[in-house]
Amino acid sequence: MGRLRSLLIPGVDKQLLVRDATKVMPDLARRRFIAGGASLGALTLLTGCDVTDSFSAEQMLTQISKFNDGVQAAIFNPNALAPTYPESAITKPFPFNAYYALDDAPTIDGKEWKLEVRGLVDNKKSWTLEELYQLPQVKQVTRHICVEGWSAVGSWTGTPLRDFLKLVGADTRAKYCWFQCADVDGYNSPLDMASALHPQTQMTFKFGDEILPRAYGYPMKIRVPTKLGFKNPKYVISMEVTNDYKGGFWEDQGYNSFSGI
Amino acid sequence: MSSLAVDDPPAATATPAKVIQPAWVRTVHWINAVAMILMIMSGWQIYNASPLFDFKFSKTITLGGWLGGALLWHFAAMWLLMINGLVYLSLGLATGRFRKKLLPITPEGVLSDAKAALTGRLSHADLTRYNYVQKLLYAGIIAVGILVVLSGLAIWKPVQLQYLTALFGGYEAARYVHFFCMAAIVAFLIVHVALAVLVPKSLRAMIIGR
Repeated sequence: MGRLRSLLIPGVDKQLLVRDATKVMPDLARRRFIAGGASLGALTLLTGCDVTDSFSAEQMLTQISKFNDGVQAAIFNPNALAPTYPESAITKPFPFNAYYALDDAPTIDGKEWKLEVRGLVDNKKSWTLEELYQLPQVKQVTRHICVEGWSAVGSWTGTPLRDFLKLVGADTRAKYCWFQCADVDGYNSPLDMASALHPQTQMTFKFGDEILPRAYGYPMKIRVPTKLGFKNPKYVISMEVTNDYKGGFWEDQGYNSFSGI
Repeated sequence: MSSLAVDDPPAATATPAKVIQPAWVRTVHWINAVAMILMIMSGWQIYNASPLFDFKFSKTITLGGWLGGALLWHFAAMWLLMINGLVYLSLGLATGRFRKKLLPITPEGVLSDAKAALTGRLSHADLTRYNYVQKLLYAGIIAVGILVVLSGLAIWKPVQLQYLTALFGGYEAARYVHFFCMAAIVAFLIVHVALAVLVPKSLRAMIIGR
């Protein structure tokens, strides 16, 4: 609490100060500024207080999280399949979970929607839902595990992402598939190529044998049973094959980027 | 040279103070104390994101501020806990300390020492030897320590380490095992700290060795 109090400069409204400070920053920097606890450090620096300790603790934790990305990539077995379950094990009702209420979930017109494909691919054409529905589909009943700790078994049907990557002539030596979504404020998430090529990683069009409901990501989600739930983007509108780490909605706020399970 | 040797001060004959806790034990003990506290406090914050029971831990005793921060702490401190724990187990086995200090544990010994402890007649004259209650608790907490790490790995990697997760009865069951191991460690910690305060020379031995 002492540290918080030291943030206050007599005669200066701290909210106005922050607003003014963030206004002059470029967009990306602003996002980082807000996302990281660095904001606390940066502000206290402004007031001349010594908070080197909180700064270095944060940097150390970020470094270890990056190290953990590497460890997880190293122990990731591309042939290890996530356990599958009988249909009777499916969790009903399957939870809806997001950083917004269900009422604020995107409402997408499937006839208007197109999947944009960008980056290191031979064929950059956009795909309509009708075209994607023509691709061969497989069903999986797997466990969705949320970063919060809870889990639920669901049934997802769709096209293995690796088949689609092959179809569009993606450079599978690239580091990431980066997905952008239609969620409020724009959700996005990078998926490492090894996980993108995993046999169970899927472009999902159905949940429980029905067209993917709005709550679970209509018209398309990416189901990755080897990742925590937040690495399974819903309402996907574009995929970019890239060597650049472009960050993600939760990843930028501190969730471990690999988050393999 | 030979005459010099005769006149040498008798360094070897000076009685060295009896070491109760060797340096390596003290080192791993305090590293473990720090790692455990970091793991428990960040673990409580992680628990709060999706509680298993009808309660949450007060934010004043959790670490990380929010789920993301707590996970960063938890998955950083786990390295400290695991590496330090492996050093402890290896040295405990290699030096014979576990065998000498913790074995044998007999039911009769535990019963009579427990009775003595509860009636205030348990002697602490010789700190180099553990009584049977201590032996049981220290051996038990080592087992719980191993279990808490294994159940943690089972929750962290239920696909890559799915056989381990299955051993715990699946992902959801492993969460409960992890929780109850934490609860056992916290219970141990309360008794352990209370007794160290009641017998201050045991605390001194864990700090300076004697």
